[in-house]
Amino acid sequence: MLNPLFWLQAISLAFSQIWANKSRAFLTALGIIVGVASTTAVIAALTGLRGKVLSEFESVGASKFFVFPNRPDNAPRNMYPWEKIRVTPEEVNAIRDECTLVKAVTPITEVGLTVEAGDRMIEGITISGIWPDWHVVQNRFVQEGRPFTQIDEDGERQVCLVNADAITELNLPLNPVGEAIIIGGRRFAIVGVVETTQARFFGMNTSSAEIFIPFSVAAKLQDRNFFMRVEGMFTSPEAAEEGQDEVRFVMRRARGIEPGGVETFQVAAIDRFIEQFKALATGITAIAGGIVGISLLVGGIGIMNIMLVSVSERTREIGLRKAVGATPMAILLQFLLEAVTLCLVGGFIGIAVGRLAAFGLTKIPGAQLEQADIPFWAVALSFAFSAATGVIFGMFPAIKASRLDPIEALRHE
Amino acid sequence: MADSRVPSGSALIEVRGLTKIYKVGVETIHALRGLDLTIGRNEMVAIMGSSGSGKSTLMNMLGCLDRPTAGSYLLNGRDVSRMGARELAQVRNEEIGFVFQSFELLPRQTALENVELPLVYATGGWRGRRARALAALDRVGLAQRVHHRPNQLSGGQRQRVAIARAILNKPSILLADEPTGNLDSATTTEILALFRQLHSEGQTVVIVTHEDEVAAHCQRVVRLRDGRVLSDLPVAQDAAGRHLPGASAFAAMKGGEAC
Repeated sequence: MLNPLFWLQAISLAFSQIWANKSRAFLTALGIIVGVASTTAVIAALTGLRGKVLSEFESVGASKFFVFPNRPDNAPRNMYPWEKIRVTPEEVNAIRDECTLVKAVTPITEVGLTVEAGDRMIEGITISGIWPDWHVVQNRFVQEGRPFTQIDEDGERQVCLVNADAITELNLPLNPVGEAIIIGGRRFAIVGVVETTQARFFGMNTSSAEIFIPFSVAAKLQDRNFFMRVEGMFTSPEAAEEGQDEVRFVMRRARGIEPGGVETFQVAAIDRFIEQFKALATGITAIAGGIVGISLLVGGIGIMNIMLVSVSERTREIGLRKAVGATPMAILLQFLLEAVTLCLVGGFIGIAVGRLAAFGLTKIPGAQLEQADIPFWAVALSFAFSAATGVIFGMFPAIKASRLDPIEALRHE
Repeated sequence: MADSRVPSGSALIEVRGLTKIYKVGVETIHALRGLDLTIGRNEMVAIMGSSGSGKSTLMNMLGCLDRPTAGSYLLNGRDVSRMGARELAQVRNEEIGFVFQSFELLPRQTALENVELPLVYATGGWRGRRARALAALDRVGLAQRVHHRPNQLSGGQRQRVAIARAILNKPSILLADEPTGNLDSATTTEILALFRQLHSEGQTVVIVTHEDEVAAHCQRVVRLRDGRVLSDLPVAQDAAGRHLPGASAFAAMKGGEAC
């Protein structure tokens, strides 16, 4: 039956012991400080990297999906020729019209052509053929002028959109809407300026000079079996799984694939990549957790050593406390509390140092760790592990203290 | 060897056939050999004897720091000789006030905090601790020094702090082990006067000592030899006996003390 005064004095005694032996306490707790600091810094870096990568995935779009042609594994090439497996505009039409979970979908075909504007002529600029829905799928809208409309698409109108880099390279006026440029020998009217997103996906800069024309126009500029990819967007990220099934169903029907038949296409959603990355990050975090375990083990042995010294130094004090009525349990708890306090102070300093290191990481130019931060769970876990170290490694010295014979202890020199 | 002067009904301490056997390596030491002793309420008793006489062992038993090998010890009517470590700790906390030769104060705590120490381990009634500690310090005449640390106090003042700590829980016995062993003669007189004052206020006091001067301040002197009571006399008779030539028991005792 330990009264509140016992706890009050035990805690204040624990702190005053640390304060009275500052340098010794610091050296003892160094193992824990270094362990907690390095681990929290690693977790902070990982958290930063994870935030960065995930936000890049987000910028691509968590509810985004792709449809690729796919030759079945080990199938002979002549059994599945390109013209059989390529995704066709009719199939994209079917996806758009029949998939309820698809919010927007667009085919994209790219063709390198020579572009002329006034006296400027640049060869081999990538011209993308797109549907009006592309703006929604890519989350890129027009800054000037207007976006593409279904009329542009259906009427195969010779209109185009440009981005800022294209304006610079072609030496066009700042607001080029209404100007005309020659693409592949045909005259196109610029109807809008599309915004340039600085989406740096794993260091790859996806935007430079870009020119867009209606998909129907781009199709006519190419061979019969031209290459096109399909990008689309589900109604929400949660709909990604069901949406993929829907797209697969429509594609199988469009290709007449029997149940159990081999699919000659592939539907992929971005959420799968996100999950893979999350699994990787979790793995690395677990390894970092293992490192903290080892360093706390080393730190804990130091704690045990110093607590044994403390018990031996304070044998007479223990004897006196027993003489005035301290039970073995009271002595045990007091020394245990002291070990735990020492570990928690070490953990606190460790987290402070780790935070400082995390702050330093955010300042490293080019490291892409601007979001490095110690998550709350890591702080809580560090304290929990530190306290557990105190309990585990403080137990033996505390038991030793509690079992001291008061007579022997009072006679101790 | 029950003391006829103390009716057993009002006895505070009733020790019967107390035996303690230690084993040190292969050697067996009979520290106490069936000792009987009765101490009544508000007595002031000196326990004397040469080293090896068993007085330290007896003090540890009376202070509930140790358990006897055989025999019984009734403290306030309760048999404490068969209690476990936790119960003994509680008995020490509530019934015994220890005063040691080397004071045993906690060096980094103030006089007040040192005096409060027993309340830390009290099972109840820790409220109003400050007032109780201040009252105890006032009783030993240290009301002006409550915030001093032991190294800022003289030896006599330190022992007063220790006495204040001992009487804080109003113990049944104030048990002092050579309380003046580390003090000069002037301070010794002061401290003994303090014990007498506490005794006059109703406190039962047991002082373990080897100094006749200290024993002279008590009412009754119990002399031990070889783990048994050698003599148990009022202080006047005890002092007189020591100077009586030819009294064989006392001569033997004197021989023992000379060692």
